[in-house]
Amino acid sequence: MKTKMTPREKNECIWGWIFIFPTMLGLIVLNIYPIFKTIYESFFKTGDFGRGNIFIGAANYQKMFSDPEVWQSLLNTFKYAIIEVPFSLIIALLLAVLLNRKMKGRAAYRTIFFLPMVAAPAAVAMVWRWLFNSEFGLLNNLFGSNINWISDPKIAVISIAVIGIWSIIGYNMVLFLSGLQEIPRDYYEASSIDGANGIYQFFHITVPLLSPTIFFVTVTRVISALQVFDLIFMVMDRNNPALGKTQSLVYLFYQYSFVNNNKGMGSAIVVLLLAIIMLITVFQMYAQKKWVYYN
Amino acid sequence: MERKEKMMNVLIHVILVLVSITMLVPFLWMALTAFKSVTESTSVDPFVIFPSIWRTENFTEVINNMDFFHLYLNTILLIAGRVICAVLTATMAGYAFARLNFPGKGLMFSLVMFQMMVPGQIFIIPQYLMVSKMNALDTIFALIFPGLVTAFGTFLLRQSYMGLPRDLEEAARLDGCNIGQTFLYIMAPLTRSGMVALGIFTAVFAYKDLMWPLICNNTVMPLSAALAKMQGQYTNNYPQLMAASLLACIPMIILYLIFQRQFIEGIATSGGKL
Repeated sequence: MKTKMTPREKNECIWGWIFIFPTMLGLIVLNIYPIFKTIYESFFKTGDFGRGNIFIGAANYQKMFSDPEVWQSLLNTFKYAIIEVPFSLIIALLLAVLLNRKMKGRAAYRTIFFLPMVAAPAAVAMVWRWLFNSEFGLLNNLFGSNINWISDPKIAVISIAVIGIWSIIGYNMVLFLSGLQEIPRDYYEASSIDGANGIYQFFHITVPLLSPTIFFVTVTRVISALQVFDLIFMVMDRNNPALGKTQSLVYLFYQYSFVNNNKGMGSAIVVLLLAIIMLITVFQMYAQKKWVYYN
Repeated sequence: MERKEKMMNVLIHVILVLVSITMLVPFLWMALTAFKSVTESTSVDPFVIFPSIWRTENFTEVINNMDFFHLYLNTILLIAGRVICAVLTATMAGYAFARLNFPGKGLMFSLVMFQMMVPGQIFIIPQYLMVSKMNALDTIFALIFPGLVTAFGTFLLRQSYMGLPRDLEEAARLDGCNIGQTFLYIMAPLTRSGMVALGIFTAVFAYKDLMWPLICNNTVMPLSAALAKMQGQYTNNYPQLMAASLLACIPMIILYLIFQRQFIEGIATSGGKL
């Protein structure tokens, strides 16, 4: 059953496809095809130079799931996310609430908090590495402590997460600020008249009305925290004793794919990451019904 | 009451200033270390905060050794290439998805949305294999390659077009403009702020991208990858590492301080529109 298009519809159809053609071609070549190609590759053993890849079924996955290094890196990734996400969200939310008023220096504070967002992660990681330096670093000298911030396997992942929190607070805060500006002032005034204090207002007005923004920021932060790479790559030396306790899934993916040149295994790891991110995102979408408040 | 409010106000400023210091100290320490000698930077007893002489040797040395001129040039070309491609393709596609009706639109748009939900690392191996098959590793083209088109930008600009009133197009059509002309002369100029936001967003993330430049280029490097490689060579010469870091950060920070409103809107608010 084919309905004939009017000339105008036909015209629109041609223009429509012309306009989306470059983007769609690019997305299919650069993104859609690679997704399937990566999944496909994960079933192959990467051949040596000049030799083809060998189909090995699920062997990469079997190897991956029986490899303690992979499990450890999965744990490291979760540890990082569990520290980075809540702290960066809560601090950012509090700062946004403090800044959400007419006050002196508001723009200056916002500019300063956002600054790490425009710095190259490689440079950020290097300066933190220097701050964390156990002998000559600013932190140990300032606090008179003697902590191996990034080479003690017990705390290295926390130190890395501190850098992550420091880097992302301003970004989260700006998102919260724009959400806060949409909450009508009257709500606060009305509840003040009823005798509510700031803390009561925060939990009974701010948090519920901001919950869609909080939800959105949480989902995007979790997804990107699970992909942490730059910081670990830059801060942790190959011979750092804490490397095993900090390397993330993406770090392992990089190692396998581009250092050990085992792209089959690298693909399997990134497919695992995809599955985890999808699962967590679906779970969050489901859980939002319980706490996110939409008008 | 008056007094209590004043106290609160002071307390809030104290908190905000403390956080500001925390945000600034790493940058200040980077700058201070960059002007020190190695001995000064590793002096513990007494702990040296300010350099005794403000030396510039660290800067001249890294500028010469790392060929900063080319690093800046490569970074600018990488950013320019990605920004131009992203804005151009996304503004066209964004318009079509927002305003034109054509068969296949729904399916194509769901492909765009699907792509945004997938972690970016899944594209990297095939993209690398493509560039390597094209014999284009170690070129500026390789650096730009993953950013030729943008699903996020398409979505962002679609949102901008959706916010425009319909009568404009109707009027233009009645005046005899075809769809291409309507887009070019009427609609596209109206989404300039969306394009600027996307441009800044693309520029900052191209500048911050680390893994892709590390993988695809060994000689034609942007700043980020060069810093990573440098760290391996200079391991403990922190004054020089900090000088290079500072040189890599300064241009973007200056741009940010000049155009801060556009930067913050471009990066954060457009990120928040998803």
